[in-house]
Amino acid sequence: MAEPLLEIKDVHVEFEVRDGIVHAVDGVSYTVNRGETIGIIGESGCGKSVTAKAAMQMLPKPGKVSQGEIIYHRRSKFDPSKPQEVVNITQLDPDGELIRHIRGGEFAMIFQEPMSSLTPVYTTGTLIGEALALHRWVPVTVGEQMSNKIMQYRHVTKEESREIAIEMLQKVGIPKPHERVDAYPHQLSGGQRQRVMIAIALSCEPFMLIADEPTTALDVSIEAQILDLMRELQQSVEMSIMFITHNLGVVAEMAKEIVVMYMGKQVEKADTVKVFYEPKHPYTRALLQSIPKVGRRTSERLASIKGMVPDPFHLPSGCVFHPRCPSFMPGKCDVIKPKYIEVEPDHWVRCLLYEDV
Amino acid sequence: MAEKIPVTDNVLLDVRGLKKYFPITSGLLRRVTGYVKAVDDVTFFVREGETLGLVGESGCGKTTASRTVIRLYEATAGEAFFRTDLFSTDGKVEMVNLFDLDKEQIKKVRRQISMIFQDPINSLNPRMSVFDIVSEPMVIHGLRKGPEMEETVVSLLERVGLRKEHIRRYPHEFSGGQRQRIGIARALSLNPRIIFCDEPVSALDVSIQAQTLNLLQDLQSDFNLSYIFVAHDLSVVQHISDRVAVMYVGKIAEMAGSDALYNNPLHPYTEALMSAVPKPDPKYESERIIMQGDVADPSNPPSGCYFHPRCRYATDICRTATPEFRELKPDHFVACHRAEELQLKGV
Ligand SMILES: Nc1ncnc2c1ncn2[C@@H]1O[C@H](COP(=O)(O)OP(=O)(O)O)[C@@H](O)[C@H]1O
Ligand SMILES: Nc1ncnc2c1ncn2[C@@H]1O[C@H](COP(=O)(O)OP(=O)(O)O)[C@@H](O)[C@H]1O
Ligand code: SF4
Ligand SMILES: [Mg+2]
Ligand SMILES: [Mg+2]
Repeated sequence: MAEPLLEIKDVHVEFEVRDGIVHAVDGVSYTVNRGETIGIIGESGCGKSVTAKAAMQMLPKPGKVSQGEIIYHRRSKFDPSKPQEVVNITQLDPDGELIRHIRGGEFAMIFQEPMSSLTPVYTTGTLIGEALALHRWVPVTVGEQMSNKIMQYRHVTKEESREIAIEMLQKVGIPKPHERVDAYPHQLSGGQRQRVMIAIALSCEPFMLIADEPTTALDVSIEAQILDLMRELQQSVEMSIMFITHNLGVVAEMAKEIVVMYMGKQVEKADTVKVFYEPKHPYTRALLQSIPKVGRRTSERLASIKGMVPDPFHLPSGCVFHPRCPSFMPGKCDVIKPKYIEVEPDHWVRCLLYEDV
Repeated sequence: MAEKIPVTDNVLLDVRGLKKYFPITSGLLRRVTGYVKAVDDVTFFVREGETLGLVGESGCGKTTASRTVIRLYEATAGEAFFRTDLFSTDGKVEMVNLFDLDKEQIKKVRRQISMIFQDPINSLNPRMSVFDIVSEPMVIHGLRKGPEMEETVVSLLERVGLRKEHIRRYPHEFSGGQRQRIGIARALSLNPRIIFCDEPVSALDVSIQAQTLNLLQDLQSDFNLSYIFVAHDLSVVQHISDRVAVMYVGKIAEMAGSDALYNNPLHPYTEALMSAVPKPDPKYESERIIMQGDVADPSNPPSGCYFHPRCRYATDICRTATPEFRELKPDHFVACHRAEELQLKGV
């Protein structure tokens, strides 16, 4: 039975800027289950990263959650039998102690641009060690009571930390990890820096990994290694993954369930096989048809989506997708805002084709 | 002038034995201590009106090979024959070695050879208006003036799906996909025969990527253009290319028609690369070949076949001898010692 780890409930995020208010995220709801992968897809600017940042309570200024809540079912890292705590992430002080424990230790995040997120003056070993010192604990038996061991947890030692760092570097496919552990970020290639960041994120064995376009800048051979590593870790430590990408191949391979976003709105959500084989929303369909498929050279031309993503200050009336939609129904789609409805069990769509209007 | 070779069937560009080594220097005297063999004995050709895709992991030499052919870099060795009528006195086409041309001649030949870059944001000068960007090549070549120039720019913009009103705007006022269209309009401005496209859609969203690929295909059939299409996305390359060359550490591992290469690869590197591409089909059962280790260092490549340390089929000969790049089947070239006997899987 799927057990929820993180529930994103009707979340709205606004940015108040000079020209007005941008509704970057406009009513998004999904649940990340323990040990499962949810894929978030959509074109750039549709609000994927902003949603993820809201879940870490680290929205850039002037962004704020204006509506909705993000519920984290927090389990003890040491004792899984302890009752879970219910934490409302949106209510936490963004600089408070609790969120700092959660970030990095319980939720880890991998971004797309690795250079800006690695401190240049530390070696890879130090960077991984820093994360370990904060968030990884080693169990020690301090006594025995009947058949129960009494456990305590201590921080990792320097030696252990170096060993773990080397092991992680090797796992993410960095050649000569014994040497690379002492390298500085600028001495590594872009692909290697990205892998170091992944090593840092995974070294603390988080409950949830937010992977925001983690392999977009990497070659397919490295991407394959990283995806395998994520799956391996997912099995061994029951890690959930929020996988944000615009690569439909990657999401098909990784995700159990998929959320499709367009202009801050969630337009479809269903099981991965359903999304690929029975997509309901015209945007999802168009997206799937617009990608070339390796090995299958079918038509000469790709089906492209006409026009461009609209300007956030001049959003189209009715359904925001209507000016680009191949199923556009005049008098309806440009007038009525579609509701988000469950068209079949666990398959949600926001489109007037499925409403009686 | 140029050494002449016979004009064969409809080959437009014929590159032979191309090498580009970048010197590695050290110390105050900048003594040369070694070379990055970025392109190391590469042979390929492009026919008129066709697209040759160039794929391979980053750093394998795709950009360097393109830039060397068009003389943005000076070649270390090799020849690049280009079919043109620009230099003949009797107006006949001939094969001219681009590497023999002098400065004036290169400037002249640039009319027929054009480029599009990956990053539509950084490749356009932010202080130039769309009009300036698109007309600049024509100004350099002294081709059009005044109202005629303006007309040409407008028609180029319309041809790539932009509007007349865009002519006085600046790059930052456009989206990534629109900027790429500005770059394409500029590349078309001199009526080229061939366009080198270096990762032209890699930075674009899928829907914009599809629009751009369709545009490139339309332009190709309208103007009988040839493309060298460099990209790391194997599905995009298969879609747009008639033929594909797979590069590995400065060398071409395999070159063949798109379908032959993807469905019946002859080189183990091609097979492994294809297997690694995530397929947009959740029911696809992947049998992924994980390549061990990293791409070899082009300043210190392994002995024998450069791919041998990562190849699961490597035998003794692979560790010692360089495999010959040969035509194993008609129009299907490969550089692997074991290509005749191996049964490889395509996608
Ligand atoms: N720091 C910011 N200031 C103002 N607006 C922002 C900021 N960050 C994001 N936005 C807005 O939020 C929208 C969604 O952004 P994002 O979530 O990063 O998109 P993506 O789906 O590409 O990850 C953007 O189109 C932008 O309008
Ligand atoms: N100007 C240069 N000076 C020195 N080395 C270079 C230069 N340009 C590229 N290289 C090296 O040549 C190799 C091939 O690079 P490149 O052609 O850019 O590969 P690709 O386009 O396939 O990613 C790389 O090892 C790169 O570091
Ligand atoms: S509501 Fe109308 S415009 Fe929007 S996606 Fe559905 S059919 Fe298209
Ligand atoms: Mg993003
Ligand atoms: Mg390149």
